[in-house]
Amino acid sequence: MKRISSAQELERMREEILSSRDPDKPCITICSGTGCHAFGCEKVTEAFRAELKKQGLEERIDIRTTGCHGFCEKGPVVVINPQKIFYQSVTPEDTGEIISETLLKNNIIDRLLYAHPQTGEKIVKEDDVPFYKGQMRIIFGNNGKIDPTKIEDYIAIGGYKALSKVLTGSSPPEVIDIIKKSGLRGRGGGGFPAGVKWESCRRAPGDRHYVICNADEGDPGAYMDRSLLEGNPHSVLEGMMIGAYAIGSDEGYIYVRNEYPLAVRNVGIAIDEVRECGLLGEDILNTGFNFDIKVNRGGGAFVCGESTALMASLEGQAGEPRAKHIHTVESGLWDKPTNLNNVETWANVPLIINKGVDWYTSIGTENSKGTKIFSLVGKVNNTGLVEVPMGMTIREIVYDIGGGIPGNGRFKAVQTGGPSGGCIPESLIDIPVDFDRLTEAGSMMGSGGMIVMDDKTCMVDTAKYFLNFLRDESCGKCTTCRDGTRRMYEIVDAITQGEGREGDIELLEELSWVVSEGSLCALGQTAPNPVLSTIRYFRDEYEAHIKEKRCPAGVCKALITYVIDEEKCTACGKCKKVCPSDAITGEKKVPHKIDPEKCIRCGACIAACNFDAVNVV
Amino acid sequence: MDPQAIDQILRKYDYEHSSIIGILQDLQEKENYLPEKDLAYISERLSMPLARVYRIATFYNAFSLTPRGRYLINVCLGTACHVRGAARVLDRIKMELGIDVGEMTKDRLFSLETVNCLGACALGPIVVIGNEYHGQITPAKVESTVKKYRKKPRRSATKSPGHKGIK
Repeated sequence: MKRISSAQELERMREEILSSRDPDKPCITICSGTGCHAFGCEKVTEAFRAELKKQGLEERIDIRTTGCHGFCEKGPVVVINPQKIFYQSVTPEDTGEIISETLLKNNIIDRLLYAHPQTGEKIVKEDDVPFYKGQMRIIFGNNGKIDPTKIEDYIAIGGYKALSKVLTGSSPPEVIDIIKKSGLRGRGGGGFPAGVKWESCRRAPGDRHYVICNADEGDPGAYMDRSLLEGNPHSVLEGMMIGAYAIGSDEGYIYVRNEYPLAVRNVGIAIDEVRECGLLGEDILNTGFNFDIKVNRGGGAFVCGESTALMASLEGQAGEPRAKHIHTVESGLWDKPTNLNNVETWANVPLIINKGVDWYTSIGTENSKGTKIFSLVGKVNNTGLVEVPMGMTIREIVYDIGGGIPGNGRFKAVQTGGPSGGCIPESLIDIPVDFDRLTEAGSMMGSGGMIVMDDKTCMVDTAKYFLNFLRDESCGKCTTCRDGTRRMYEIVDAITQGEGREGDIELLEELSWVVSEGSLCALGQTAPNPVLSTIRYFRDEYEAHIKEKRCPAGVCKALITYVIDEEKCTACGKCKKVCPSDAITGEKKVPHKIDPEKCIRCGACIAACNFDAVNVV
Repeated sequence: MDPQAIDQILRKYDYEHSSIIGILQDLQEKENYLPEKDLAYISERLSMPLARVYRIATFYNAFSLTPRGRYLINVCLGTACHVRGAARVLDRIKMELGIDVGEMTKDRLFSLETVNCLGACALGPIVVIGNEYHGQITPAKVESTVKKYRKKPRRSATKSPGHKGIK
């Protein structure tokens, strides 16, 4: 890679890259995000390469392995450019046909197309798939266009233009002013205005200032930061560089989860490349600006997503939060002024610089500008990552983009904000999603997890799930959090075991107050949210468990039994075969029976039965 | 691990106390767990109290002080996997292996652990065995999935059982 030592050289390089590429040359784009990896995209890529070699087409057709396209449910995803033909669930066996039919003869392969779940209509182009159609992919869209391990790809789509623009044309206070005016709020959970944070950090006295990228995405059910770091690491690096210039920092850190090996790898490659071409290091673009970035891997502690705990972990300490009477922008890492933002926030920065404040503020709602990436998961047809303008309603996200609930399930709630958030019931499905409205509804934006729940999801079990998570992840520093979440878990667990008592709900509410008031960091302060929001909207379910010893959703094992409907049972013996505890008995032609003593309620028989004969009562 | 190899890791991190998490991660990557005598050696070479090394090794979930089997089975219990029935899958795996979370099978082939989210939510419930992801697992698929690993040819001999975790 050639060294780039001025803004002009960067532009010249961009022109060279673009002129060496033919936009009309056929290109097979294969999604290589973690989701598609699990579906076997590597084998598909190998098969494509082998097939091109076999047919002698290596020169005529390009292959590009990109980051996550977002539509993880249908992986491995393959897009044929320049026509943008969208093929889903591609296997190595399909590759030969794709090359000979689609690439050489321009014929569409019908069986690989996406079919509209309601109408059954086959859709050819990526942009026409309903999952993508309703989105506004200004941050995430580039993932599908570039190979994250090639800096040339990023430069070709306008990469590092924003950096050279601010380094050569704006003073640090001017950059801060742009970010302040854009209304960009932190995407990690708190929603604090980024520009204000930058300004406080810049003004804080100290011989050294740090910037940190929080990539310790711990919220279960959220994975947009992972996909951004994996699929477009340079956009995050560029954002950090602009931030560092504005704040007056020469050293940055990325703290990334070790459970994300591909993100660690890709961001490492990106840093090496960008350092090699001189955009990171000393005297960047000949402007006298020095900056470098180090990557630290987390140790698998959820609490390290909290800013002060993260900084303690970077210092090699146990990740315990501290009181924030003095903010981290004044005294953070190594007691120096430190500005921390999360992955998605940093990725927004180059876009704002390039496209301007007026454009950015035209997207979103009054107090929440821009887009937000949500991970739409759980009981929804089109699972994946979706980027929408702030203010879209939950209904639009779940039904128009997500394709609704699988089977004939009924929408019950959506859980947002991870363990700090809450469950939003069906009655509020039309509220616009932004920072303020979600908080009003008793939940929060959090990092953008959106877990859809249907009528087969038990809300008491959901509350128990989060309490179990939090008691496990509490660092143990504050008694109210350490012991409070434990006691709350025990109460909810007893309720799900059929041992709930009158007054338990009130006791949970009282404990919730203690835990949230008595804890130092957001983990403890917001820990009761999943319990409080489920009590607020689904009190009847708690009461059914406590008073009637019944789980309406059929989830809590102690309160349900499996029975076989004799009318429907054909005595095929399938359930008997899959039962791991030999609880099912029955001869040929005689309806089978389940022994409730032996049954472990694993659900294997329900999945195996072709006649819907196994019921949960 | 032989002391020279540990020294190599320590040199990579410039003997920095602040890099202790990375040092332990590198050690665990090689050894599969954190052997007691290696922690003692690191403590000595860094002039860092063993208690502090031990505090880091026990605070972070990713570290294990006991040996792990050849294949680490990690069951994701993230919210998305949970609502799709991950708990039932975990129960079935426990039954299949006859061990509880945090334990290793007698033949030293499998260790069972859980993780709070792998960020592959579209594939839930998801189970990772070794480095391989198995998506959309159901209790009924557990037996056949685990069986594949029982049959896999043994690579090189397993590491000598000389190390013991901190008692």
